[in-house]
Amino acid sequence: MVAANWPGVDPDWSRTIRVKSTSEVDAPGAVRRWHVLDNAAQLKHLGLTPRGTLLCVHGNPTWSYLWRTLLSAGADPAHPWRVVAVDQLDMGYSERTGTFRRLADRINDLGDLTDALGLEGPVVTVGHDWGGVISSGWALKHPQLLAGVVLTNTAVHHPSDSPLPPALRLALHPAVHRWGTTTSDAFLRVTHSLANPPLPAEVRRAFMAPYRGVGRRAGVGNFVADIPANASHPSFPALTHVADGMCGLKVPVLMLWGPKDPIFSDRYLKDLISRIPHAEVHRFEGAGHLVAEDRDIAAPVFDWLAVHGAEISGSAVSGDDSRLAGATGEPLPKKTDEEEKTQFRPLWDSLSALAAGPGKDDVAVAEMAPDGTVSGSLTWRQLEERILDLAEGLREAGVVHGSRVSLMVPPGTDLTVALYACLRLGAVVVVADAGLGTKGMSRAVKGATADFLIGIDKALAAASVLGWPGRRISVQDLPTARRRILGVETSLHALAKSGAKSGARGRVAHGRAVRQQDTQLVTVDPDAPSAVLFTSGSTGPAKGVLYTHRQLAAMRDTVAATFGIRSGARLVAGFAPFALLGPALGAVSVTPAMDVTAPGTLTARALAGAVTAIDASVVFASPAALRNVVATRDDLSGSLVQALDNVELLLSAGAPVPEPLLAEVQQLLPQASLHTPYGMTEALPVTDISFEEIQAAGADAAAGTVLGAGNGVCVGMPVHGARVSIVALAADGTAPGENLLTEAGVTGEILVSAPHVKEAYDRLWLTEQESAGLTGWHRTGDVGHFDAAGRLWVEGRLAHVVTAPGEVVTPVGAEQCIERLDAVRLAAIAGVGPSGTQAVVAVVETVPPVPKAGPAAPQLAGLVRRAASEAGVHVSAVLVVPAQPTDVRHNAKIDRTRLGRWASKVLAGGRPAKP
Amino acid sequence: MRVLVTGASGLLGGDVARQLLRQGHNVATFQRRPSGVDGVEDFRGSINDDAALRRALAGAEGIIHLAAKVSITGRAEEFDAVNVEGTRRLLHLARQAGVRDVVFVSSPSVAHSGTAIMGLGAEQADPRHARGNYARTKAEAELLALAADRPDFRVAAVRPHIVWGPGDTQLVERVLARASRSRLPLLDSGAALIDTTYVDNAASAIVAALHRMEQVHGKALVVSNGEPRPIGELLAGICAAGGVAPPSWSVPGGLARTVGAAVERVWTWAGQEEEPPMTRFLAEQLSTAHWFDQRLTRELLNWTPAVSIDEGLARLAEHYGSRTSRTR
Repeated sequence: MVAANWPGVDPDWSRTIRVKSTSEVDAPGAVRRWHVLDNAAQLKHLGLTPRGTLLCVHGNPTWSYLWRTLLSAGADPAHPWRVVAVDQLDMGYSERTGTFRRLADRINDLGDLTDALGLEGPVVTVGHDWGGVISSGWALKHPQLLAGVVLTNTAVHHPSDSPLPPALRLALHPAVHRWGTTTSDAFLRVTHSLANPPLPAEVRRAFMAPYRGVGRRAGVGNFVADIPANASHPSFPALTHVADGMCGLKVPVLMLWGPKDPIFSDRYLKDLISRIPHAEVHRFEGAGHLVAEDRDIAAPVFDWLAVHGAEISGSAVSGDDSRLAGATGEPLPKKTDEEEKTQFRPLWDSLSALAAGPGKDDVAVAEMAPDGTVSGSLTWRQLEERILDLAEGLREAGVVHGSRVSLMVPPGTDLTVALYACLRLGAVVVVADAGLGTKGMSRAVKGATADFLIGIDKALAAASVLGWPGRRISVQDLPTARRRILGVETSLHALAKSGAKSGARGRVAHGRAVRQQDTQLVTVDPDAPSAVLFTSGSTGPAKGVLYTHRQLAAMRDTVAATFGIRSGARLVAGFAPFALLGPALGAVSVTPAMDVTAPGTLTARALAGAVTAIDASVVFASPAALRNVVATRDDLSGSLVQALDNVELLLSAGAPVPEPLLAEVQQLLPQASLHTPYGMTEALPVTDISFEEIQAAGADAAAGTVLGAGNGVCVGMPVHGARVSIVALAADGTAPGENLLTEAGVTGEILVSAPHVKEAYDRLWLTEQESAGLTGWHRTGDVGHFDAAGRLWVEGRLAHVVTAPGEVVTPVGAEQCIERLDAVRLAAIAGVGPSGTQAVVAVVETVPPVPKAGPAAPQLAGLVRRAASEAGVHVSAVLVVPAQPTDVRHNAKIDRTRLGRWASKVLAGGRPAKP
Repeated sequence: MRVLVTGASGLLGGDVARQLLRQGHNVATFQRRPSGVDGVEDFRGSINDDAALRRALAGAEGIIHLAAKVSITGRAEEFDAVNVEGTRRLLHLARQAGVRDVVFVSSPSVAHSGTAIMGLGAEQADPRHARGNYARTKAEAELLALAADRPDFRVAAVRPHIVWGPGDTQLVERVLARASRSRLPLLDSGAALIDTTYVDNAASAIVAALHRMEQVHGKALVVSNGEPRPIGELLAGICAAGGVAPPSWSVPGGLARTVGAAVERVWTWAGQEEEPPMTRFLAEQLSTAHWFDQRLTRELLNWTPAVSIDEGLARLAEHYGSRTSRTR
């Protein structure tokens, strides 16, 4: 045992202690020798008084070394905590006892040790792998000391009807077990190989050090053998006791998870969350089993301890609330409970009212066939019936309040019915856009761990191949063979039929009572989660965004108030997210004939057909759809051209719409007011601007008469009920302050406060802390500024800000200047080199396109450099590419992060490959 | 004050001497050939000639030491004698003569091991990993110069990166000569991002160092224009200014490095006087990025480059345009 050979460990932490054992497995009076890493002496030496103790328990086959970053962070004067990381008996450098210690013994062992250490409260347990169970077992036995629980990749329960993870089954197999875990070091090697990125050689050596030699590995084999695979296992009762006890935990709980774990996958995280709903969870996308090695867990753990300072220290006053104070701008005042109760109108309120009103037999939703005829429609009453029937059917199938239901159905009546049915049951709908790509979508749905998956064939096939969670429900009835292959239990159609029957029975039993009152569907908590929507993932993996019922309803009210869409409006739903709001707004909606998952397939003819069918006055469409509508306008005949004259309002969201395209759209819809709201998955919409206002803003920017006009895309004024502020950028390209500004010309991160802003990021506690660090405000991750007329100008993403020496460069302004060159179609600004002294690179797509990526010809480089300097940006290198890599979802936003990495390689002197 | 400039017959040394004169200093110069700078007291001699050096040092309060053997090829002993031993002698005699401040003009190649440098500061000089005899001996000399730094004998090292300008024989003339014989390839399409220093800026930074010894003594600072450009664009700019067709062929950098190393060995062994068509050092210089973090340099020297790359190229064009005939 040579502590000097353990990188990251202060040799003074290492100590041994002799502990009297009271565990059943030991003879009375037995004394065991423990090895622990303990920073108590270091704290004393530094003159620091710890706020409490972190009791860290490793799993199999690691040892206390796993927690070295916590020990080190605990000695930081900013947040002194005593950290005791134990080596369990027969593990690490603790005694090899020659006994077979089962779960109950190990929980008791830990208690013996903490008694011997004289541990005082408050104690926060930290566990990994089976150390999670053991530390939790200790926690339940020491409620007087316990102040918090931190869990990393672990499990406390395995459903007896489902098989163990294959990797574990293999390790337990009689033919493999002894050889794999004890005779050889295979189990150790495999575990160490799970790190992402791979462990440095010296760290791997340190993890292996206490287990060299067969004689030192008995504990590893025994640990594996003590996993209760079924109810007959001797440790099953102890495990069940811990699992049940967890449900009653009242202290703060933090779960840090690496999802790429072949053993402790997301389903175990889901089980833990179901036991401790108040737990704060962060999934580190891309990290695996050894999450403490893969990611920095020390910073989040100590941040979390600070956030819960008062609760954990047990005192009423906390010194750690400073992060919540200091904002100069005030968020929207919270309404009192009473106000909220009376004001809350569930999302389906208008729908139900219309279904019960005099117009109940008017068309509510319609779908268009490619030949221009209406292929299907429902009246308000029919829509309501369908929703209630399906809700009843889903309830019978086991969907309850809080169930997560993944909806993989293209926009249209089926999706509308399924969505509203789930919401009325209090279920949480999970909506991941096919635009994320198979990989992104797979990550998203696995992370959200849906209980049910409602999908079309394609989605169900992907689900069975990629192992997406959730009981599977098809849209249409499927042939038995197909159902078996896809693992489908039932269909929406079958559920609705069954629900209708029960509903009818209910109606008979209760006489002529109204449906809503006998199906228990109306008692939805406004502040319960209602939906998880996924971001586009243009800066990192897609994030799940959680909305409550109240926030969804607020989104509806914001759209209604901002755009004047009232009950009875008639709209064409060419853009999925807003299309779902149609029935909620009380608006008649029609889905045009198009592949709704590919917006670029909307033709002028299909649009005009849909407008004609319901005499629509409002059109929702994405920029890609508009581009195709303009491109196919020559196919319109006289009557269809005239129908478009009736459109009064066009809303286009998803990405900025270029002015020339808007001008062409205006020709096609001469009477319509064209609006391009700005927003994000976390807040839809934030601001709004019309075509006329865009033109006026452009004129102001060119004239230079309005302070702050220019350098970005003008997105207009905050929408109804929303407030927007700026936190100024610092020299390092971050927006660290809490000073909320609305002064013209100050560039910084854009923050929004509105009733329809998201509740939280789903299972991304750290991300949520960052985005909601200023209470009541959401940090958008976009940068921009106001002008003197109060208009907001967006300058790009915070993550794409370039920090050149002495200047912080936001990309959009320079890109706009460069794109004005005739030779340039698209431009992107990126930075290479270290933060603070980055070289600015312009990557351009030329007209005509170049055949090969590489440095721009000197003449073009000169032109681009001069153009960028108009925006005050000093470009070092100009690279040309045949085509810009664009963000997959919007096909419009350039992936600057990827470009930056590519440019960095090329400009280092590598051969220019494709970006 | 009286300042001795060694190596003033070179482009940079001459410019340093002239800038000092303009500031009203009493300037002495020391090198083998006449300095060609009007208004200085010119001493001629070898850096290894103690008596000649002592004469030049008489009365000097500051030294700017530029004299060095600068070449891509050559015998190791010659580099050692001039660059290492010459510097050692100069420092020794300077201290004896009561000199207070020494600016040792060095090169970023003293810390360049052949890998790409992107936005780094002045790393520690490292003779063991420096490429070629020039870089190795300059690294040794810089280390011993900075080691001599004392409160009463202050030494700073300034490393201008790739100095060029009108009259430059090191880069500009080589580029033009090679390009005119189509012996200048672009490596990997010439994308590598390279920082360079227009000669006026290098000179003003060196002079600034002498005035800011309080802040910079004991330190090494890299100096550049802080305007990195892709090497291909820079070479094209120089060619355009010199009225020569720019390089139009590209070879993979890895291949060039391998071939360059082989050619270098054969050339030296064969005792060729002319420069080889490609050396490993040149291949690395032309195919890997080297640009630097200038923030600390500018802050410590309280200096910014006065002439931009574009302005420098314009002056270069003017220089060649004014020559009536250009021999090829």
